[in-house]
Amino acid sequence: MPAMSAPVAFSSSSAAFFAGAKTALMSVFMLVLAGTYIGIGALTHDFGLSSWWLAISTVLVWAAPAQVILITTVTTGAALFEIALAVTLSAVRLFPMVVALMPVLRGPTTRLRDLLLPTHFTAVSMWVESLRLLPSIEHQWRIPFCNGMSAGYMATAAVFGFVGFYLAAGLPPLLAGGLLFLTPMSFLMSTARNARMMLDKLGLVLGLLIGPLLTILDVNLDLMWTGLVGGTLAYLVHRIREATT
Amino acid sequence: MNTLLMELWPYFLMVLVGYLPNEVWRVFGLVLARGLNEDSQVVVWSRAVATAILAGVIAKLVLFSTGALAAIPLSVRVIAAVFGFLVFLGARRSVFAGVLAGEIALLAGGFLFAH
Repeated sequence: MPAMSAPVAFSSSSAAFFAGAKTALMSVFMLVLAGTYIGIGALTHDFGLSSWWLAISTVLVWAAPAQVILITTVTTGAALFEIALAVTLSAVRLFPMVVALMPVLRGPTTRLRDLLLPTHFTAVSMWVESLRLLPSIEHQWRIPFCNGMSAGYMATAAVFGFVGFYLAAGLPPLLAGGLLFLTPMSFLMSTARNARMMLDKLGLVLGLLIGPLLTILDVNLDLMWTGLVGGTLAYLVHRIREATT
Repeated sequence: MNTLLMELWPYFLMVLVGYLPNEVWRVFGLVLARGLNEDSQVVVWSRAVATAILAGVIAKLVLFSTGALAAIPLSVRVIAAVFGFLVFLGARRSVFAGVLAGEIALLAGGFLFAH
C-alpha cells in the first residue's frame, strides 16, 4: 500500500470514472464476478426464468446472495413474505458495508445525492476493492472512480449472466453443480484476500463457524445473529489487542 | 392483456420481494452513516459484522447447497472448499488459483461419488 506517497489525482470526473472502470475490468474480481454470474445464469435457466429477467435483477438487486434466493424461490410458489424476509436477511450485510464505505467516499463538499449511486452499487466486490483502492486517491475523485469501477463490475456480471444461462442449457448436471460452486469459493477467497487486519480474519472465521451452527440449531434470523455475534466478538478481540499493544 | 400480465409478473415480484427488501439496507446505511468518520469505532465494528455475515452466507452455500450442487455429496463439497482454500494460501493468495483448484477437486469428487 502506498501509505506515504502522494494521493492519486485525475484531470476530470470522467477521467476518474474511466480509470475506475478500467481498474474493474483488469482486477481479479472480474474473473470472480464472471464465475459467480455464470453460476447464477445457470441457476436462472434451471428455475425457468428468462435471461433478461436475470440481467434486470443484476442491475436492480445487485447482490449475488439475494439474487440466488430470489431465483430459487420465486418460481416455486413460496410465500411472498417468506421470500422478502430471506432476501432482506441476506442483505443485512449491505448495511454495515455502506456505513463503512460512506466516510471513505465523502469529502468536505459532497452532497447527499452524489452518494446515492455508490450506495446502490455497494456489493461485496465493489466494497472490498473500494476500501483497498480509494484511500490512495484524492477525495474529490473518489466518487467518480468508485462509480466507474462499480459500473464495470455490474456490466461484467450482466454479460456473464447471459453466458451462464446459455451454457447451462447444454451442460450436464455435474458441471452445472460446478458452476454453482463458483459463488461460495470466489466469495470466500476474495474476502480472505482482503482480510489483512486481525479484525477481518477473525470476523471471517467466526462467521464461517457460527453461520452453519445457527442453521443447524434452527435459530431464527440466523444470518443477522451470525453477523452480530461473530462481528462483535472479532471487534472486542481487536479492541483488547489494541489496548494491550 | 392477460398474457402480458403473466409475462410481467416475475418482474413485479423481482421489485417487490427482491429489489425493495435488499435495497432498504443500503438506504439505511446511507442515512445512518452521515456524520460518521472512517475510523470511528461504529464503522470498524460494522465492518466486522459485514464480514461475519458474508462468511455465514459462504458457509451455508457450501454446507446446505441447493439445486445441481446438492447432488454432489457434502463431504466432497467440504473437502473441495478446504483444498481450494489451501491452494489459495499456497499460491500467494491467488483467488484464481484457489477457485480453480476447488473446482477441479469438486468435479473430480463429484464424478466419482455423485449420487
